[in-house]
Amino acid sequence: MNNVTLDTEGHPLDIYLRVDRLPHIWCAGCGLGSILGSLLRGLVDSGFDMKKVALVSGIGCTGRAAGYVKLDSFHTTHGRAIPFATGLKLANPELKVVIFSGDGDLAAIGGNHLIHAGRRNIDMTVICVNNFNYGMTGGQFGPTTPWNARTTTSRRGNIESAFNLPHLAAASGAVYVARWTTAQIRQLERAIKEALLKRGFSFIEVISPCPTYYGRMNQQASGLDQMRHYRANSVVKHGANPSEVDIDLEGQIVVGKFIDIERPYLPE
Amino acid sequence: MSGDEACAEGGISAGCKFFAGYPITPATEIAERMSDRLPEVGGTYIQMEDELASMAAILGASWGGVRAMTATSGPGFSLMMENIGLGVMLETPCVVVNIQRGGPSTGLPTLTGQGDMMQARWGSHGHYSIIALAPNSPQESFDLTVKAFNLSERYRVPVLVMSGAAVGHMYEKVVIPPASEIEIVPRRKPAVPPEEYWPFKPDDDLVPPMANSGEGYGFHVTGLTHDERGYPAMNPEAQDRLVRRLVEKIENYRSEIVELEEDGIEGAEVVVCSYGISARVALIAIERARSAGIRVGMLRLVTVWPFPEDRVREIAGQVRAFVVPEINYGQISLEVERCAGSKARTILVPHMGGTVHNPETILDAIKQAVK
Repeated sequence: MNNVTLDTEGHPLDIYLRVDRLPHIWCAGCGLGSILGSLLRGLVDSGFDMKKVALVSGIGCTGRAAGYVKLDSFHTTHGRAIPFATGLKLANPELKVVIFSGDGDLAAIGGNHLIHAGRRNIDMTVICVNNFNYGMTGGQFGPTTPWNARTTTSRRGNIESAFNLPHLAAASGAVYVARWTTAQIRQLERAIKEALLKRGFSFIEVISPCPTYYGRMNQQASGLDQMRHYRANSVVKHGANPSEVDIDLEGQIVVGKFIDIERPYLPE
Repeated sequence: MSGDEACAEGGISAGCKFFAGYPITPATEIAERMSDRLPEVGGTYIQMEDELASMAAILGASWGGVRAMTATSGPGFSLMMENIGLGVMLETPCVVVNIQRGGPSTGLPTLTGQGDMMQARWGSHGHYSIIALAPNSPQESFDLTVKAFNLSERYRVPVLVMSGAAVGHMYEKVVIPPASEIEIVPRRKPAVPPEEYWPFKPDDDLVPPMANSGEGYGFHVTGLTHDERGYPAMNPEAQDRLVRRLVEKIENYRSEIVELEEDGIEGAEVVVCSYGISARVALIAIERARSAGIRVGMLRLVTVWPFPEDRVREIAGQVRAFVVPEINYGQISLEVERCAGSKARTILVPHMGGTVHNPETILDAIKQAVK
């Protein structure tokens, strides 16, 4: 068990952060700082030996998280965090392997790896931060952008349908699937802890504001506006059928723990 | 055994404990053999969803502390280019076997080629140096796979074994020496405590020691241009420093890396410069040319990359011409030509693939060279 003592000089989680790399690159109002904090608290609370924790990320705003944690951390290529992590975990099964990456990275360019990792039920936890667009490159639509949402490559409204990520993860074979938004940080932390302690492929989608692009183009110009939208529209439905938790441009965001099952996993 | 099987056995003998791959002709026998053999030696075989994932997985496994390899052919090699670049950037030891077939695209799945030689050198984006070896027999498939692992640990770079269907599917006797006679170059470990460890701080020979994940070093590595701490560094100075080192840690050590086989170069009028199966086929032409009274030498590139520039330049000053047979429309011949400059002619003997050269075409080129 890691003991985090209160430190009046700094933040208690500073020991797990590369404070010499701060300030981070994330925009004001972005949800990534809160989510990364939740992950670190979840790791500490779960009692893992932090020397045996490896964080792997792909490319994008979320992918930059790997560079801010004082853990073994790998900032890999676009979409390939999961297969890189698969090799890492199989080579050293003692490692607790966490993938922290964005919706574009994991569900578009890395979509094939996501579904196969679920099928294999490989023992790792995926934190997928969904901000509904490609933030790093300037706010283009992606695999999770709701129909009719405006982005810098869909100025008249997105004509494509979005992936429902919990449904995708569950159908692929994940043994733990949850969704929370950055307006439910406590619940998110608990979910992260549960996912980390789960053996097998666990997947948490975190809905997160991107005020700079997605919010600004869809009448939620500040991070706070997006948080208000999450709070007003989130509906907790534990055990909801993942096929029924699509997210529209307007309307409710179903959150909660959807899947928590057991099945044989790799490496075992 | 076959050349493919010998690559797998070479990996096992070199201490490989992880293979990630995707089935592809004519390399599949390597995966099949590894799926049988790795569990026997406490290793892991995993069949990934594609070659992008296979390459990413062996990098992850290498950082997890084990020796890792994959094997593929042209179409898969193209997909691996992305993460071969990451392997170069993260300075990750690993071995990639390419059993070449005819291309472009799906090409000739069951028939041989040597069309990926420049892709091996330059296939991933950005500027870097890499090591590639070219076996000409099942025995050498074994030997060079062992050597590839050792070079990859020594120089912290992916090493490519550039075989082909003709060698991969060739059956010959292979002698596997006892383990005690096989040299294993260990990973260079950090000599400093974790709080002082910088993952890309090189030793004097430009190669940094490598911590494995889970050893308590708490390191960060990134495919972004980075400084010696591994931190992203978005400026031209960091780019200059990093790219120079990635190139010079290989090119400055060419004399240590490069292995050549030479025969009859002293006093030769013409030298056949080739590699892999083409070098073997050329032996027939060389023998016939010598019978006809032509003084022909042989320069076989066991190491293709880094290119043996110094030796080719030296020979160029002593001969009238190089004859370069290869199963493509001119790739390594370009390197020979570059190094030979105006000192000696370079005569390409191209063959588009599917079969090996007819030795007569090589003999014709030798005769033309001395006219």
